[in-house]
Amino acid sequence: MDPRLLLTGFVILGVPAVVIGYILVMERLLQFAPTRIQGHIRPWLWLLPALVFLFVFLVYPTINTLVLSVHDKTGKNFIGLANYAYVFSTGDTLTSLRNNAIWLVLLTFLAVAGGLLTAVLFDRVRYESLAKSLIFLPLAISFVGAGVIWRFMFDYRPAGSAQTGTLNGLLDSIGIAPVTWLIDAPLNTIALIVVGAWIWTGFCMVILSAALKSISVELLEAARIDGATEAQLFRNITFPLLLPTIAVVSTTMIIIALKAFDLVYVMTNGSFDTEVIANRLYKELFNFSQPGRASAIAVILLMLTVPVMVLNIRSFRTQEAIR
Amino acid sequence: MDLNRGRQALFAALAALALIVAACGPSGGSASPAGSIGVSAPPATTGSSTEPSAGVSEGPTVAPSESSAASPSGGGQIGGTVTVIGVWGGSEQESFLAMVKPFEETTGIKVEYTGTRDLNAVLTTGVASGLLPDLAGFTPGLTAGFVESGALKPLDDVLDMATYKAETAPALTDLVTVDGKTFGVFIKAALKGLIWYNPKVYSGGAPTSFDALMQAPASGDTKRWCVGLESGAASGWPATDWIEDILIRQAGPEVYDKWVRGEQKWTSPEIKAAFETFGRVVADDNVFGGSNAVLTTNFGDAGNPLFTNPPGCEFHHQASFITDFFKKQGGAADGDFDFFPMPDINPQFSGAVSGVGDLFGMFNDTPQARALIAYLVTPEAQAIWVGRGGALSANSKVTNYPDDVSKRSAEILASAKIFRFDGSDLMPEAMNNAFWKAMLDFTKDQAKLDAILGELDDVQASAYGG
Repeated sequence: MDPRLLLTGFVILGVPAVVIGYILVMERLLQFAPTRIQGHIRPWLWLLPALVFLFVFLVYPTINTLVLSVHDKTGKNFIGLANYAYVFSTGDTLTSLRNNAIWLVLLTFLAVAGGLLTAVLFDRVRYESLAKSLIFLPLAISFVGAGVIWRFMFDYRPAGSAQTGTLNGLLDSIGIAPVTWLIDAPLNTIALIVVGAWIWTGFCMVILSAALKSISVELLEAARIDGATEAQLFRNITFPLLLPTIAVVSTTMIIIALKAFDLVYVMTNGSFDTEVIANRLYKELFNFSQPGRASAIAVILLMLTVPVMVLNIRSFRTQEAIR
Repeated sequence: MDLNRGRQALFAALAALALIVAACGPSGGSASPAGSIGVSAPPATTGSSTEPSAGVSEGPTVAPSESSAASPSGGGQIGGTVTVIGVWGGSEQESFLAMVKPFEETTGIKVEYTGTRDLNAVLTTGVASGLLPDLAGFTPGLTAGFVESGALKPLDDVLDMATYKAETAPALTDLVTVDGKTFGVFIKAALKGLIWYNPKVYSGGAPTSFDALMQAPASGDTKRWCVGLESGAASGWPATDWIEDILIRQAGPEVYDKWVRGEQKWTSPEIKAAFETFGRVVADDNVFGGSNAVLTTNFGDAGNPLFTNPPGCEFHHQASFITDFFKKQGGAADGDFDFFPMPDINPQFSGAVSGVGDLFGMFNDTPQARALIAYLVTPEAQAIWVGRGGALSANSKVTNYPDDVSKRSAEILASAKIFRFDGSDLMPEAMNNAFWKAMLDFTKDQAKLDAILGELDDVQASAYGG
């Protein structure tokens, strides 16, 4: 038998066995402790494996990244904030910061607005689940796959040749000259964001749709009896009640926009002013062997994400509290 | 709690723990049971794939007469596997697999090949994590770094160095010699700076001067040039070849070498002149489809308009490997294409050519990897790829070129007065990458040349050494 299969078997059976074994051993040891303090120790003992994992795979790498970001590419010589100075003075990284700002605004807007629109509209049709599945489908495609698909969509051939790209084919059929979607800035960044929105609209829709279903029918009925139009209904009842969910979905999309990488890497690799922070990080680390600079970029990315995450968690909590 | 049952559970848990520890241990330690010489760090990761088959090696089941001269192991089955990563896909991958097939049959070693265009990133990560293939292709510019980190293993006791050096051009072997030791071998070579044309379209013969080459054709619809720079994450590289070919003929090998080493500023007049010369080629009205087509056309498809009716262009500049693409993607047959070398620009540097080779190195010192690398440099092995077309051999003993075009390119390579390796491949990766991107930006908007060269100077200041 293939040893990799064997190893897989060991891991699948072994890891739960070790965890259960650990708990059994700890429970046994705990019996020797005075009954009074057992209750204080027990939760920590049960949490310990998770905390260890969290530390090894989250806390330690974060601290290490911080340390690396103030060192040169060998990771040995301390160079202060030089890596940060590099990030904020190089043309490419500045372009990537600007582009991420565009991603943040546009992707969040397109995906959330699209999700809201589809959620509200599909709520009123008979074939709702089918329509929702179709919108949700792109999320099931790997991002790299989506990037490749959309490269074909955006494909460009010189005017006069047969247009192989879907979009330029459509333009060609109505007599408009082909467009170089992925080459002309800022059109190319917008084109990439549209692909991102194509993927993420389904995600926003599903969450917003679930929130929509939880709005009580009586409320809407009462408003209708009072003579409210459907537009008023949406503006004064549905939308305000959806607002906390919209906030959560929006913050999630903001984080996704900040982390944008796959689509850019596959479709343009940052050429023609489409660079984004995460792709820049990848290049510095894997292509240029500059872990210091890459870490500095990672820290900046983290700094940008943290406030959004805090906001996200807060609004999630308030939502929970309301429930 | 029943004490007895508790004890049983405890024992079971401990036993499971012991099993896990045993399974996760450094299994690679026994990866190379015998014959492996001085492996300082056991290849723990790839070892797990090498181990099993090496362990069940069935001994020499093949009669000695069956093992050809190409087998470096002196006959007999070694068994096991060797993992290889390279940049080749499509027909190049097929040719490589055809090349190693006799090796697999003779030695019983299975060659597991993976192709990726993002090879440098895979290797750089691999060096940091220790997850490396046994053999891998890489660009010469990365040699020093890999040697320094100890990832690349010396080949001096793997190869018959006297034979290897006698059969390979010094211009190639020098590139991978660090502190007197050899760290890589060349699987195949390609000659750069060839101008391709369709004899049925262009019958003017080889232009005698560079200015004649650059002249626009008389007929309106057929442009002078076809250029395609798209190549996924490596987009832009075909234009770096242009700059190199122009620079070595215009400013000479000395400037070229200084430039490759990072001692020649990009904003210097020599480099700027090379960019401006290339700018004439990709000027909107001089190139098929205009500069937008240049940026969006894949390098492999770029030459196809040579063979369309009406033809899109007269000339296409590319290395010798492109014939394979002409035939398999452009629908061209032998006889539909021919070439002449790019003419001299400055007569002082007459006879200068640039070329490139596919470099391979050993990252895990296993008997299987040693056997494969020793096999790959033999004329018998290299003749296989050469015979399939699209490649020149790095080995001077190989002469079985299947067509006139590759025979002539091999002769040019062998008789070059001044030979230089592809400069961008020798530059640090950050420089090379910025160079690719600069070529895209310049092609898109030539008016930005000074700003683009200024940015390249900035990259140059930080990419080398520090």
